[in-house]
Amino acid sequence: MASSTVKLDELISQEYRHGFFTSVETDTVPRGLSEEVIRLISAKKGEPDFLLEWRLRAYRHWLTMAEPHWSTVHHPPIDYQDIAYYSAPKSRQDGPKSLDEIDPELRRTYEKLGVPLEERALLAGVAVDAVFDSVSVATTFKDKLAGLGIIFCSFSEAVREHPELVQQYLGSVVPYTDNFFASLNSAVFSDGSFCYIPPGVRCPMELSTYFRINARNTGQFERTLIIADKGAYVSYLEGCTAPMRDENQLHAAVVELIALEDAQIKYATVQNWYPGDKEGHGGIYNFVTKRGDCRGDNSKISWTQVETGSAITWKYPSVILQGDNAVGEFYSVALTNHYQQADTGTKMIHLGKNTRSTILSKGISAGHGSNAYRGLVKVAKSAVGARNYTQCDSLLLGDRCAAHTFPYIEVKNPTARVEHEASTSRIGEDQLFYCQSRGIAPEDAVSMIVSGFCKEVFKELPMEFAVEAQKLLGVSLEGSIG
Amino acid sequence: MLEIRNLHVSINDKPILRGLDLTVRAGEVHAIMGPNGSGKSTLAHVLAGREGYTVTAGEVRYLGRNLLELSPELRAREGIFLAFQYPVEIPGVANIYLLKAAVNALRLHRGEPELDAVDFLALVKDKLRLMGMDTGLLYRSVNEGFSGGEKKRNEILQMAVLEPRLALLDETDSGLDIDALKIVAGGVNAMRSPERAMVLVTHYQRLLNYIVPDQVHVLAQGRIALSGGRELALELENRGYGWVEAAAGQAGGGA
Repeated sequence: MASSTVKLDELISQEYRHGFFTSVETDTVPRGLSEEVIRLISAKKGEPDFLLEWRLRAYRHWLTMAEPHWSTVHHPPIDYQDIAYYSAPKSRQDGPKSLDEIDPELRRTYEKLGVPLEERALLAGVAVDAVFDSVSVATTFKDKLAGLGIIFCSFSEAVREHPELVQQYLGSVVPYTDNFFASLNSAVFSDGSFCYIPPGVRCPMELSTYFRINARNTGQFERTLIIADKGAYVSYLEGCTAPMRDENQLHAAVVELIALEDAQIKYATVQNWYPGDKEGHGGIYNFVTKRGDCRGDNSKISWTQVETGSAITWKYPSVILQGDNAVGEFYSVALTNHYQQADTGTKMIHLGKNTRSTILSKGISAGHGSNAYRGLVKVAKSAVGARNYTQCDSLLLGDRCAAHTFPYIEVKNPTARVEHEASTSRIGEDQLFYCQSRGIAPEDAVSMIVSGFCKEVFKELPMEFAVEAQKLLGVSLEGSIG
Repeated sequence: MLEIRNLHVSINDKPILRGLDLTVRAGEVHAIMGPNGSGKSTLAHVLAGREGYTVTAGEVRYLGRNLLELSPELRAREGIFLAFQYPVEIPGVANIYLLKAAVNALRLHRGEPELDAVDFLALVKDKLRLMGMDTGLLYRSVNEGFSGGEKKRNEILQMAVLEPRLALLDETDSGLDIDALKIVAGGVNAMRSPERAMVLVTHYQRLLNYIVPDQVHVLAQGRIALSGGRELALELENRGYGWVEAAAGQAGGGA
């Protein structure tokens, strides 16, 4: 714990040194949080008054809240006054100058994942001009999307270009009062992604932050807002499968999804932030609030997540099923190795008639990893004919890891049908030996068995993502068997 | 091909094999018989390299090498195959996927290029017909929801595809009805060749009506108490194992 704190200090002070020495004074806000800091952030971004007011309300509310400690995760205290809440996007001089300067371990992982060379450089934040022509790539996509009336841009740009949409939807799913980290995010969020699909439009490609180079280094307080108008469809991919070089310790992002009548949103995440070293030092705290609102009848929101990174993952991508016949889905694979901790799951809130939800959670624990599924299925009195099916499976590798399942079920309507199934298994010596006796190396056998365990979730991912996720599991499990 | 000298094996300090000797040459089929608990399955598992067994004395040489220092996967790549008594289920992993990974691991070890999907499928379908199995079985999860007979046939299918030099069949006949037994035995017989040796571990002589062994050994109290030809198995069927055990007990006491 002590060394973890030291690491945190180290990382933050590094950030500070850069800011102090290399940035122009006006690009950096001193560490600490106050109304002045928030006003400064808002002013620097040239935000309209409504947003500043919203940030300030969030901040004032946050001051009345206490950091939550109800989950199974443990971490040293976070000093919120010791974080720099705004620094201009990292300048290119800050990054490593070439791939040779990057941690060999990280480079090896890129190679294993088969990430193309130029992308490796991009992911690692190498300061090479025109690593590939990302700007033109982004523009090509943007033109095509704009032709369909789709808005896909950074959050800052959306605030400038489409303030009416931002004002209408921001905080309408995750209010600034929602929870400690969401309030903090609302007060200080730096940037993120914005997406609006107009009525009846089916977005012709998977939208991904990956295509938008400026989505990198948006900092630790990211905000994403996706709106699918009536009858619209969008599939959104967040993150990428190769580990990101990142210096921030605390990530408190907020994602809001809104699906109007007959609309459908698929949101897939492959999260592979720095998990800390093998002894459990360092790594990202990924404390994220993700929620979707099926606001219209016959709407559908589906979350798919593959969580293999971060020292601590603490998140519950949820769906509020307001519209009649709305459908919510949650497919999750969470893997913890070494000293990683994950407390993740979902909330399905059934309000509309004949709403349906499916939860499929696969937790894998290896090393000293700890993995908890925590989920709430709530059926309100109004939700006539609601149905839920939940399945939580845990897989243990070795005997020093842990798996927990905390299902919460609240049913207020007698016509509801709620099913819950849970299982815990261990990768058996006999499964391993069976594969070995067919000539397959133990490492390959484990990754084969784990992939098999996750298959039902992987098939919800877009094809190329699924392939990479599978490889990623193999890499993440390295060293998990003796 | 396989030479076992004075092999002593314990599980949790409990001696199971106590001075076992066995020589198997290429082209031969040996049957290891014996009562429950005599150490038949232990022998098969020790040869395949399963953990949890401690070799306290003796040696095993396979193709002139010390077999006991090889990992299980290396033994497999060197041509040893164990058909399991209780084949293991691996949910979510397609049968064909496991098979392909195994074939390519072996090919890689021999310095051969990996088989592409088309060639691999052609090879498997050929063997599938031999075992009277349905193509659908290839795409189901390994052994999951398979009937007892399907599991055993699947083991022999793997053996047919991997073409081992030394095949160890652990109670392959258990749980099979007579039709399934004939198919499994047919698959095994089709694989008999001058280059390949087989060791059948079985409790009943029934299997040996269909797979005729060159030699039959009776295991009692951790060593081979009696060896003979095919007729020994028939005698065992008539007289049971009691007399062999009694004789072994006396011999053991006297030694």
